[in-house]
Parts: sequence; C-alpha cells; structure tokens
Amino acid sequence: MSADLTRDDVAKVARLARLTLSDDELDLFTEQLGHILDHAADMNALDLTDVVATAHPFGVTNVVRDDVVTPSLDRDAVLAMAPDARDGRFCVPRILGEAP
Amino acid sequence: MRSARQIAADVRSGASSAVVELEASLAAIAARNDELNVFLHVDVEGAQAAAAAVDARVARGEDPGPLAGVPLAVKDNLCQVGVPTTCSSKILEGWRPPYNATVIDRVVAAGAVPVGKTNLDEFAMGSSTENSAFGPTRNPLDPTRVPGGSSGGSAAAVAAAMVPLALGSDTGGSIRQPAALCGLVGVKPTYGLVSRYGLVAFASSLDQIGPFAASVGDAALLLEVLAGHDPRDSTSLPEPAPSLVAHVDDGVAGTRVGLVRELYEGADESVTTAVRAAADALRAAGAEVVELSIPELGATLSAYYLIAPAEASSNLARFDGVRYGLRVAADDVTTMMEATRTAGFGAEVKRRIMLGTYALSAGYYDAYYGQALKVRTLTINAFARAYERVDVLLGATTPTVAFPFGTKTADPMAMYLNDVFTIPTNLAGDPALSVPFATGEAGLPVGVQLLGPGRSEARLFAAARVLEIADGRP
Repeated sequence: MSADLTRDDVAKVARLARLTLSDDELDLFTEQLGHILDHAADMNALDLTDVVATAHPFGVTNVVRDDVVTPSLDRDAVLAMAPDARDGRFCVPRILGEAP
Repeated sequence: MRSARQIAADVRSGASSAVVELEASLAAIAARNDELNVFLHVDVEGAQAAAAAVDARVARGEDPGPLAGVPLAVKDNLCQVGVPTTCSSKILEGWRPPYNATVIDRVVAAGAVPVGKTNLDEFAMGSSTENSAFGPTRNPLDPTRVPGGSSGGSAAAVAAAMVPLALGSDTGGSIRQPAALCGLVGVKPTYGLVSRYGLVAFASSLDQIGPFAASVGDAALLLEVLAGHDPRDSTSLPEPAPSLVAHVDDGVAGTRVGLVRELYEGADESVTTAVRAAADALRAAGAEVVELSIPELGATLSAYYLIAPAEASSNLARFDGVRYGLRVAADDVTTMMEATRTAGFGAEVKRRIMLGTYALSAGYYDAYYGQALKVRTLTINAFARAYERVDVLLGATTPTVAFPFGTKTADPMAMYLNDVFTIPTNLAGDPALSVPFATGEAGLPVGVQLLGPGRSEARLFAAARVLEIADGRP
C-alpha cells in the first residue's frame, strides 16, 4: 500500500461524494489526504494474512420486530422541516433530462 | 455547584425545587455563555415547562425520579422535539427534529431538565471544538485553550458549573478527551448499552452516547438512567440495564489492573507522571497492578481514520438538500445536491467524507478499508487476551493537557493524534472512562483512562472512585 494519491484521484472522489472543490482546495486536500494515507501504511507492518475482517464489534445480526402496524412520525411535522414540500411529498428540482 | 445527587435529593424532599435549580443554571449560563460559546441554543421555555412538571409531580406526592430537577446539557447532535439540532453544521441550521432521541425521553422520565444544546466539532468530527460552524468553545479553566472535542460544549457546560450533568457522544474519544481537558469524569459505555435512536450518526459501528459529570458518583447516576434496551436501535443490547450506582464504592481490593505501555508512552511527562501515580494509588487501595504491553494497539489510529471516515461518508450521504436542512437552489437535482453539500459542510467534514469515499472505492477497498477491518479484529483479540490476565486497564486519556487555540488546526494528522489513547476501545466496543487525576502543565487537569471488557462499567466506576478519593475529592 502506498499513498500515491493524485490530484485527479481527489477530484474523482469529490465528484463521487457530490462535493465541488476549488483549485486551492484540490491542492490542499491532495496533500492532507496523502499525509493521512501515508500514516495508514503502518498497518503494513502487521501480518494480516489470515485475519478475518470485523465490521462490527459484537457481530450484530438482523433484528426484526413483530409485523404489526405502529404509529410513525406525523407526515406534516416531517414535511414542515423540508426545504420544499407539496401535496404531502418532498419536492426536488428536475431529475430527468429532456428526451433526445 | 452542588452535585446532581444532592440537587435531586433536595428536589425530591422539597428542600429545593426544579424551578429554583433551573433559574440558577440559566443564570450561570447567562453569565459566561457569550465568553465561552458553550450553548448554541438555550431552550428557556421548554426547560421551564419541564421543571414545572417535575415540581408538580413532587406536589402530587409522586416520585419525580433519580434526576429530579437536575439541569442537563445536551450535545447538539441529539434530537429533541422542536429544539434546533444543528450538529454544529450549516447544513442543518434551523432544523427542528420531529422526534426525541431515546436518551432525551429517558432523562426527562427520570426528572432531569434539559436546558439546551451544546457546541461540538461539526458532525462530531474533531478533538477541539474548533471545527464548529458556529465558532469554537473556550475551555472554562483557561479560555485561551480548547475544551477538547468533539463534545467540547457539553464538557465546558459542566466545567463552568452551568449544569451538573451533560450528554455527549464518543466515536473515537469525543467524551473522554474533552472530559480530560476540562477536569471532568466522562464515560464511553459498552457498545449497545445506550440507545443511539435520535443520535445523528457519524460512524455507526463506533458511536456511543455517554455522560459528563464533575464526579464519579454523578456520572454513574446518569449512565444508569441512560442504559437499557431500546427496540428502536437494532444495536441495543437485549438485556436489562446494569446496576451502577450501587457499586461505585466497591473499591479495588483484589482487582487486577494492567498499566498498558501503549496507552501512555509518548504522552507529556506530566501526563505520564499522573498515570504512574494513579497506578500507585490503585495499588495502595488493594489492587494488584502489573505492567503490560499490547503492541497491536499501535496501528489502531490508522485503522480508525479509515473505518470512521468510511462509515461517515455513507452516513452523511443523507444530507443532500431533499428532506431537511439547507438547500442551495439549482435547475436539476444533482447540481442542487452538490451545491448544497459544498456550501453546507465544513473543511474537516469534507476531508473525512472524501477519505472515506476513497477508502471504499473500487481498487482501494481491500488496501485501506479491508486492511483496517482486519486491524480491528487484531485489536479486539488483543484486548480479549489482556482481559484474561487483568480486570481493568489503565493509561492516559490524552497525550497533553488542554492546548491553545490554533496549534493543531493546520495539520489534520496532528489533531488526529490527540485520539491515539482513546480510539482503541471504540474499535473493540468496550467501555472506558476518563477521571481527573493530579494536575499537569500550567496547573491544568490530567485525565487518567480506565478500560475494561464489555459490560464492566460498574468495575470501572469503582476504580475511578478510588482515584477520585486519592486525588482529594471525597
């Protein structure tokens, strides 16, 4: 593992994460993220060949409740906090482009 | 300020009232909040109604609960109905949750009076509260220094005697580190002991809610109220809450304590000296103290700073301008989301989202996130082996005492290294607490950390109580 993190990598990651970075931010984050990833190289000193990964401390399994109707959050109270809502729904700008 | 236990006893007996205690708390907040920037929102009307309700229960002859009339501060990443909840982020500014976190319901049912929401590093990402979008919180013990973070506002609220109790969250040390820097007791409970329903998620396999208090007894009292199974959190342990207050004075006779080299080496000399003195104090009280080395802990910082950002990059995907908080208008939905997130998140949050996105991305997943999960396994196994030999582990909470503003903001890695002693136990899911012991540089408090296996909180409180007494706080 080596942190050959490039400016293009950071730009790609920012796109994936839906963030816009200025040129100065790209430079700064490339340097800072590279530094953090370099530090992570100390994991290479460990023999991890036969080690099983742990994603969760206590091996969580799915938890299900009885399939009965229970009260949920009041729709109007939830929508009252939305940036835009109409007719009992969240409202967003155009999702699909014009037909070609 | 009187202890939470004393306030609750006085309110229950009628010697005081919840309204009187609230007025004292609000006066203390008014006196210093402008200077220290502790509370982002003080819920005067809601607190007055809650206090009046407690007093009405007393008047009717009902028991208002073990926290009767105790003013309590709430970290601003916990949802409370109708009370602004920002996570110290512009992306949530103005949002008022339509539901309560389970911990809010529990403390209110126990008679506590939530007085307001405290400042934090944005989305709990930081170790100094300098990452708040609403300005840093100052350390009440020395306002030129940070209170620690991310729960810096909750720590400062107790340290400034604005409230006797506060709620925080701890993903990599965010309760214990500010507790240490502000001279308080702070507890990261066993993963699953306290419900996270209503906690805005940062890294879900690590986050835990826990108490801040000025004393071990008060911290045990609050955690006993918080703990217990909650069907609304699927990671909540399905078992009865443990008895904690009853064990605070159990002492440490016969307790096997491991002084862990990797949990204090490299700290400032005054911190190391305090840890060694704490080991001596435990020995003098009847504990059997041995020196241990757990070399696997050396790589936990790296693992944490891949795992936590990876989970954060996923959790924070929900802040997209659709259902709550900020929206920056645009003609199409993708541009709207990108503009909203770019304007709404601060630099550290962006850094961690990108780090996590990178660690999870095709081609890098195995090298970074996958490796980190294996280090997590090694960490869990290493702790388990240590707990075959000893009951409790002892180390430092932080490498230094509270540091001046701006000294670590330029270099993210320098800030992350603050968490080197607190992170291992989050990866393992085990409990740990910080208790003040001795003083360090500039007369500032030092926090000593006690760690134990899952569900060992009662034993940790008993050991912390021994240190509290040895440090002159009977």
